[in-house]
Amino acid sequence: MKTLEYDTVVIGGGPAGIAAAIKATELGLKTILIENRDLLGGIPLQCVHTGFGLHYFKEDLTGTQFVTRLLDKLEKLRVEYLLKAHVHSIEYLDYDKKLVNVVTPQGVVRILTKTIIYTTGARERHLYEIGVVGDRPDGIYTAGEAQTLMDIYGIMPGREVVIIGSGDVGLIMARRFALEGAKVKAVIEILPYPGGLMRNVMQCLRDYNIPLLLGHTVVKVVGKKRVEKVIVAKVDENFKPIEGTEFEIPCDTVVLSVGLRPYLKVLEKLGIHIDPATGGPVVNEYLETNIPGVFVAGNALVVNDLVDYAVEQGELAAEGAKVFIENKGIPTKNWKLVEKGRNIRLVVPHAVSGERDVIIYARVANPERNVYVQIPELGFRLFSYGVRPAEMIWFKLRKDMFSKLGADVNKITLEVKPR
Amino acid sequence: MSDKYRVVIVGAGVVGSSIARVLSMYENFDITLVEKEPDVGWGASKANTSIVHPGHEEEPDVHPLRAKLCVKGNEMWRTWAKELEIPVTFPGELMVFTNDEEEKKAREYIKLARLNNVPGVRIIYQEELRVLEPNIAREAKGAVYAPTGGLISPFEAVIAVVENAVENGVKLMTETEVLGVKVSEGRVKGVETNRGFIEADIVINAAGLYSDKITHSAGVELNFQVKPRKGEYLLFDEDIPVKPTRVLHTTPTPITKGVYAITTVHGNVLIGPTAEDLPIEAKGDASTSVKGLDYVYQEASKLLREMPPRSRVIRTFAGLRPEPPGGHWLIKAYSDPWGFVNAAGIRSPGFTSAPAIAEYVANLISETFDIKLVKKTNWNPYRRDITRLNNRPLSEIDELIKKNPAYGEIVCYCKTVSKAEILEAVDRMIKTGIKTITLDGLKFRTYAGFGMCQGAFCRWRIAKIVSEKLGVPLYDVTVKRTKYGIGDVKTLWVERKG
Repeated sequence: MKTLEYDTVVIGGGPAGIAAAIKATELGLKTILIENRDLLGGIPLQCVHTGFGLHYFKEDLTGTQFVTRLLDKLEKLRVEYLLKAHVHSIEYLDYDKKLVNVVTPQGVVRILTKTIIYTTGARERHLYEIGVVGDRPDGIYTAGEAQTLMDIYGIMPGREVVIIGSGDVGLIMARRFALEGAKVKAVIEILPYPGGLMRNVMQCLRDYNIPLLLGHTVVKVVGKKRVEKVIVAKVDENFKPIEGTEFEIPCDTVVLSVGLRPYLKVLEKLGIHIDPATGGPVVNEYLETNIPGVFVAGNALVVNDLVDYAVEQGELAAEGAKVFIENKGIPTKNWKLVEKGRNIRLVVPHAVSGERDVIIYARVANPERNVYVQIPELGFRLFSYGVRPAEMIWFKLRKDMFSKLGADVNKITLEVKPR
Repeated sequence: MSDKYRVVIVGAGVVGSSIARVLSMYENFDITLVEKEPDVGWGASKANTSIVHPGHEEEPDVHPLRAKLCVKGNEMWRTWAKELEIPVTFPGELMVFTNDEEEKKAREYIKLARLNNVPGVRIIYQEELRVLEPNIAREAKGAVYAPTGGLISPFEAVIAVVENAVENGVKLMTETEVLGVKVSEGRVKGVETNRGFIEADIVINAAGLYSDKITHSAGVELNFQVKPRKGEYLLFDEDIPVKPTRVLHTTPTPITKGVYAITTVHGNVLIGPTAEDLPIEAKGDASTSVKGLDYVYQEASKLLREMPPRSRVIRTFAGLRPEPPGGHWLIKAYSDPWGFVNAAGIRSPGFTSAPAIAEYVANLISETFDIKLVKKTNWNPYRRDITRLNNRPLSEIDELIKKNPAYGEIVCYCKTVSKAEILEAVDRMIKTGIKTITLDGLKFRTYAGFGMCQGAFCRWRIAKIVSEKLGVPLYDVTVKRTKYGIGDVKTLWVERKG
């Protein structure tokens, strides 16, 4: 078995990982990027729709275009990468020594590294964890799987489609199915509001006359061999189906878009602390986890709704790796915890130093209009016409805002308050 | 024509497959194992609690055969699992009681254990219970401890038994549904199937849920009816904090039949089943229900000190168990029509007993049909498992990759399954005689798609390997019973024009 040595190993070759590898290389770190598939790019490769890069490139690009631009940069910088390489396990030897065991078709490669940037993305939630019951026929796909089939391999999963969940991928796939001539019977959302971005509801459903059934759930999947129909019912305020409201929708295909969860299998074995709200790790403002020198970015950190954020996080993690290596650890001693206040479902990072500018990513629990997003301890306040769980709140806290904060204050609270 | 008896076994579940393996030991038979599903073991053998029962729940005066063959089967699986490399463990079973009434009931099983010669069964209380099962629920008072209780991978067991039977000359025919047994002049002549007539001198009915139909067509046991009894289950992720160490079972009472909580041989927590008697027409209804799953979850909480959250469920499923009249197995060889054998209505503990049932059936055949059994000299008792990466040291993985680079391509992240394992499974399916390579069949052989993502990451990758290997388009790869896709993305445009 071959052993290699690097400053940082980036695990996962999607947007966050590519961005992290580019940034780390630019910062002078000896970097290697590990990707399981036979090409770099990750999920955007199968995203033929636009909506990528408005923040980062100030242009509206398709997923493929977006990631191609990043990859051009990666190639120009001659960043090293391994394809068809699967991270089997990570061994923590010392605070600046980790061993990454990689399975490749050439054999097992062991990489000794000071830092790790983990950017493996998220997995899609499946039928069983959301509690849909009934038969278990063929014809059930996750939205991402359906997208891979259609836009990587050019094959059509089915003719008559019901989509469960109105997450962004589900909305995008509703339109993709409609464009290829399938009949999208309905998009079914248990919540009283859509799970995806408003622009996607308009562009993917309304423009194609696809019904969106809010406050409804699939109570049963029916089919002997392939899906034959779904039984749908209205739900009450506790999301329980209301008896007597059931009706059938005949279909041959069910597509699930019921949310993503950070996929951290290898890190979980290493004893990483997980935030139940994000499903991702607990991190400081460099996106470093409780394991020194292990950083997480992109959808493995928190499910983002824009690829631009994943890229931003990848770059930040690379800066963190640089600081870690230069100082033999992140030098901050006095962390201030970021706590969740009123109507905040999740917030990342979980701790800030006040020693530098920091970007805060957050999601609300419930939609609300005319509100302030605020941090009372800092006197920080941001007006918003409306906040929705589907749309990530993004803002920057400047270093100077912390000057008002007493040295003994060890937490700040993010909250949403009506105006 | 050879002088061998031509045997058709109807049903490649654990019973039919075990009979095939046992009969393959003898020179006397030329055996065809016939299965209506695309793969072996897709009936009750697949969707059950995966327990190798100790045999202390069978009343010997009511069900003598069940009592005898369960205890023997428990012993035989130990040998079979070694010979066939089937994942199996014997952590022992704890039948847990929480109150006096249950304790009284539990004590009756001690008596049964003694009558059935089940070794080591005894009552244990608080302290010992908590040593044996640190994760037991707080309200547990004590338990009946049956040290011989075991766990097996039921679907892999059937696959292994069939692979070995085929190695020893058995012919498997999948997607072959027996429509009826042909009898003439007091003898069986063969079976009519959807693929044509198969001639036979001996027909063995191991058709599980449908074994009533088969025996009726042979003109015997016309009052015998098999009813479906549904059992629903919840399967959880491997990575949950509190998992059962032993086979945990609530004490069956006249009202409930008891629910199990186990850690499967693959490390997942499995709880279930319900026991719902369905009408005889409902033999195809393996649907799950909110009510059933909620019941199982609530009952299992009497066993574990901390239940895994519902968000860690990776799959819910239901199985239909055959329930014969009075719970009595129908195992019999007939001289009229000569050549017909029933191994019908094999309900629990059928899986555990299957190897013993198979030996019992072999003896019945020998006695009833006056066949002097002659052992083959070249019978091979061994079957090797698929070479797997999971839980293998890195140095060994490295060596495997050096020999075959396909071991270095990981297709299933959750279970660390390589392309080489998928390819080996495809080869084995073809060699075994399985007509259609299904993604489900590959899942049960390789565990790819068995993890937290339930195949969202890997299904298309595996389909692609199959597509390349078999030279069929990706959309034509079979998932379970239908194709992965309907055609290329232009399909519907073309259909519309047409």
